[in-house]
Amino acid sequence: MKATIPQPRRGSGSRADARFQAVIVALASIVLVTALAYSVVLLLNGASAFGREGLGFVFGSNWDPANGHFQAFPFIAGTFFTAIGALVIAVPLALAASLFIAEYAPDWLANPVAYLIELLAAIPSVVYGLWGIFVLIPATLPFQKWLASSLGWSAPIGPGLFSAMLLLAVMIIPFIAAISRDVIKLVPNDQREAAFALGATKWEVIRYAVLPYARAGILGGVILGLGRAIGETLAVTMVIGNANRFPQNLLSPTATMSSIIASNFGEASSPEFVSSLIGIGFVLLVVALVVNFLARIVIARLTPQGTV
Amino acid sequence: MVTRASQNIQVGISKTLSPARRAQNALAMVLVALGTLLVLVPLFLILKDLFVKGFSSLNLQFFTQSQSEITFLGSAGGFLNAIVGSVMMLAVALVIGVIIGIGTAIFLTEYREHRLVPSVRLMGDVLTGMPAIVVGLVIYGLVVRGLGFGYSGIAGGLSLGLIMIPVIVRATEEVLKLVPQTLREAGLALGLPRWKVIMNIVLPTARSGIITGVILAVARVSGEAAPLIFTAFGNSFLTWDPTQKMSGLPLAVYRSAFEPSEAAVARAWSGALVLVLAILVASLVARFAARKR
Repeated sequence: MKATIPQPRRGSGSRADARFQAVIVALASIVLVTALAYSVVLLLNGASAFGREGLGFVFGSNWDPANGHFQAFPFIAGTFFTAIGALVIAVPLALAASLFIAEYAPDWLANPVAYLIELLAAIPSVVYGLWGIFVLIPATLPFQKWLASSLGWSAPIGPGLFSAMLLLAVMIIPFIAAISRDVIKLVPNDQREAAFALGATKWEVIRYAVLPYARAGILGGVILGLGRAIGETLAVTMVIGNANRFPQNLLSPTATMSSIIASNFGEASSPEFVSSLIGIGFVLLVVALVVNFLARIVIARLTPQGTV
Repeated sequence: MVTRASQNIQVGISKTLSPARRAQNALAMVLVALGTLLVLVPLFLILKDLFVKGFSSLNLQFFTQSQSEITFLGSAGGFLNAIVGSVMMLAVALVIGVIIGIGTAIFLTEYREHRLVPSVRLMGDVLTGMPAIVVGLVIYGLVVRGLGFGYSGIAGGLSLGLIMIPVIVRATEEVLKLVPQTLREAGLALGLPRWKVIMNIVLPTARSGIITGVILAVARVSGEAAPLIFTAFGNSFLTWDPTQKMSGLPLAVYRSAFEPSEAAVARAWSGALVLVLAILVASLVARFAARKR
């Protein structure tokens, strides 16, 4: 429904109109060039890291600032490990919560629960991190120790991959749940009533009439949640242990791209060190862009025809 | 939401349901309820710990003294420097976010025929998914180092402002879309130039919605600490000068959490509580502003 606005007659107003439009277009142009400007600035500032290490910067594993070696693959891997692990925990729970709100609970219960989950999304990363260090890690340490001893792993210290996954999951649940809830609520009631009329149970209605219809939106929300998990910084930095190496097992300390940047920036004394951290920032930006475009493509491709 | 009629159908059917399907249906419901409970448990735990640990060490000194006044034993000192820093940097961010964000939203809704609209909308979406730490690094490369500003409150505010832009654009665009087309046409029919229609009819009509969006955007970036590490850097002394290094509330919480002293950790909890309370109050104010429409 595009209504074109009729142009006013040429006259005293039109010059002011042109000026106003020029200002508005200029402001919008800032947004237009920002993403590109981000990439250029990070690439220029991180270029020397790519120059020194070449492809090894992304694929090599030798990160040894004291001896001038900066290869970031462990952190790229760490980012994916934590983000995927968090998704595995978060997606079923988020889906359950969104089904509860949109399909099962009566309004008097659904609204407060939805509000509480929104509240969870409003809590800053650093507060999650604080809670992670002083509550979540001590609380899960006995479990971690039990797991390590029964699998023959080295004793866990608390901060590590597992703690980061767990905390990240808590953080992205409200995000995924909010999107899934919105998408599920958009499923037309005809869809449900038709399934009920065929004799389906509540669960069969959800399983065969609601979820397939909402599939694209939910998957898109999950990928956007992945993007959020990848970019998440402080909470992860506070609980992952920040060790400059691959994790030996699920419980050992490691680092992600964002955590290594945040935790090492203060100590980065040499220009090579700083440019390597900015280079990691560039890789992070590229990964975040790819994930976001992926989410958009998935939503566009999988959306059933004739959706609202 | 299921209509009453369809619920009746379900009741009618369930009498003849096979036990397997009945069990499956019940199991699904239990799992959904259990999952929801699991989502809510950490929320309650976080809020509980935040209030218990945050309030127990919160005192007047927290608001009246700076971190520079912390003594060796940790009895004195507070987060005044960080609170002032957050307010100053959010003010800078607000100016940037409001001007560019609302301007862009006007462009997207009021100049729909412009050929740049699809590209600007796409880039706005791209910015929404940009990690905050990336924005911090960009401002570090561009302003702190590139322009030679050094670590400063201005650089910190700039990074927060850039993070705010896509949030404000999206919120404002949604509200502007709700302004009836007939209002614009009425203004134009009276001979008003387009810019006056936008400034005197469209924006005032959408005002409360825009304010809500802006408040929520401020609340959202007020908890960002990651970009401040590279831009404002942190400062334990109180300063009102935005060209100096500055601390922010979330940044001070982050740094204090790693300090070995118990008093510092207690202050971190108090800082976290104050931060969350400020965000909650802002959200409530935003909801109130939205309801007044």
